[in-house]
Amino acid sequence: MFNARFKFMMISFFCFFIVFLYGPMFCILVLSFQGPNGGLTFPMRGLSLFWFESLFDGVGVIDIWSAFGRSLRLGLVVMVLTVIFSLMAGLAFRKKFMLSSVLFYATVSSLIVPSIVISLGVALEFRILDDAVKTLGEKHQITWILEDFRTTMGLFSSGLGAQLTWTLPFGLLIMFAVFNRFDPSYEEAARDLGAGAWKTFTEAVLPIIAPSLIGVALFGFTLSYDELARSSQAIGGQNTLPLELRGLTTTVTDPTIYALGTLTTGISFTVIGLALAFYFTMRRRASGKKI
Amino acid sequence: MLKQIEKYGASLLALPFMVTIGLFFILPLLLVVVVSFWDYTSYSIVPDFIFTNYEDIFYGCIDNLPELCTAFSTYLSTIKFVIITWFITLIVGFLIALFLAFCVRSIALQIALFLLCTIPFWTSNVIRMISWIPLLGRNGLVNDGLVKLGIVEVPIEWLLYSEFAVIVAFVHLYTLFMVVPIFNSMLRIDKSLLEAAYDTGASTWQMLTNVIIPLSRPGIIIGSIFVVTIVMGDFLTIGVMGGQQIASVGKIINVEMQYLQFPAAAANAVILIFTTLLIIFGMTRIIDVRKEL
Repeated sequence: MFNARFKFMMISFFCFFIVFLYGPMFCILVLSFQGPNGGLTFPMRGLSLFWFESLFDGVGVIDIWSAFGRSLRLGLVVMVLTVIFSLMAGLAFRKKFMLSSVLFYATVSSLIVPSIVISLGVALEFRILDDAVKTLGEKHQITWILEDFRTTMGLFSSGLGAQLTWTLPFGLLIMFAVFNRFDPSYEEAARDLGAGAWKTFTEAVLPIIAPSLIGVALFGFTLSYDELARSSQAIGGQNTLPLELRGLTTTVTDPTIYALGTLTTGISFTVIGLALAFYFTMRRRASGKKI
Repeated sequence: MLKQIEKYGASLLALPFMVTIGLFFILPLLLVVVVSFWDYTSYSIVPDFIFTNYEDIFYGCIDNLPELCTAFSTYLSTIKFVIITWFITLIVGFLIALFLAFCVRSIALQIALFLLCTIPFWTSNVIRMISWIPLLGRNGLVNDGLVKLGIVEVPIEWLLYSEFAVIVAFVHLYTLFMVVPIFNSMLRIDKSLLEAAYDTGASTWQMLTNVIIPLSRPGIIIGSIFVVTIVMGDFLTIGVMGGQQIASVGKIINVEMQYLQFPAAAANAVILIFTTLLIIFGMTRIIDVRKEL
């Protein structure tokens, strides 16, 4: 359709874009393996695992490893909830239900309302809740509130909620794409053969859409694991890894931060790789069954 | 009983999703609007109905014209970032989508190249920001190259921790938000339309302006909305890549929250949302008008 010169220009442009996309990441990957005298820029000074070792000893006052653990746990919880909630909502959206169009627009808006506004809103919500709990404690002289209560904000309350406003819309949009292409005759066949609603779902629908659920899980985990704008104000006292990382950008001036970058990017890539491998084996198995 | 489950089944299925969105998106958004009219002291927020938070933001804005007040200059600077980033990501995103949709024949290769573009989206934004340090720093690769080639004598200072660096990072991080929706629109274009255009003697440029661009319009609008809203509310990229020296609306909100001035932050957030909506509305209008002509 296009002439050869135009195609050549487009291919060059695409290659340039890929270099632009991956080049910088590749630079910090290489630089994180420098010797002990290495700095933040090229040239490479030696080759060693020194900066990874210094990372394992800890970076300054920040406990990287517990932040890492928190990010991992939060990511897994977000992933599971995103898959379950999106799947259920995706099934629901195949019919019209009460408030279905309101929910749809709210979900899309949740994607595009600036993250800082959502972070502020969630923080306000929990602050007002805290104030209410404290007032209640004073009014009725409830001892544990007066003595021990600090805040309702936390990793698995406000932090989790703030991240779900970011992962759920992606999950639902993927489910829309899935059910748009879903052939309902499989379902009807199962029903005609006498399968109940639950059995139809587990034995006919679920196996067909399972590969796409991996996609939802991938979005759920990685978006949570790297998320920081929405949780930044709404996570309470304990930070996740991305939040600690942002703090480190202003304080750390040696390649430790590159080593940390290499490590966390490595984890993201492993998760993506696993998800893709799962996806393609499941698809192959699904298409094998059909024949 | 069974009939009722049947009747409300879909609503019940959507309930967890609905409750989550309600509790953590709609209610917080309403609270932001409500609290923007509240009063505050240095340690607490007080329910009230006052306009001082809004008045404080625009204090001196009218009186001191033509000199710009903080609010106006911050918004102008943020909008400048929005326009530049939008323009660059639109051009780059459109060309990448065009390549993926029309220049790659095999579907397997198309999927592979598309994945190649999307993978960075699933990695950390902060890491992708700091990965520009070895390239754009004072002794970075770009400066080294320029000095060695004799183009400049001393390293350029404004490559990193500057407005330039902020825009590079925005383009690096968010072009994907343009590529995906435009690519999606382009895949729906009937290839025979292009063949017909080609057969009737259309040049590449004519094919682009008469067939592809008009038919990719939904994708272009969706991508633009994404990029505009992200950049409008940004405080992280401008913070990290600007070396914490450049003001933005998002950063004002962020700082006010750190000082526990929640009602002031809420008032700023309300204005931010309105401005963003206004820009999106304006953009869709411009595209509409062009279509009318």
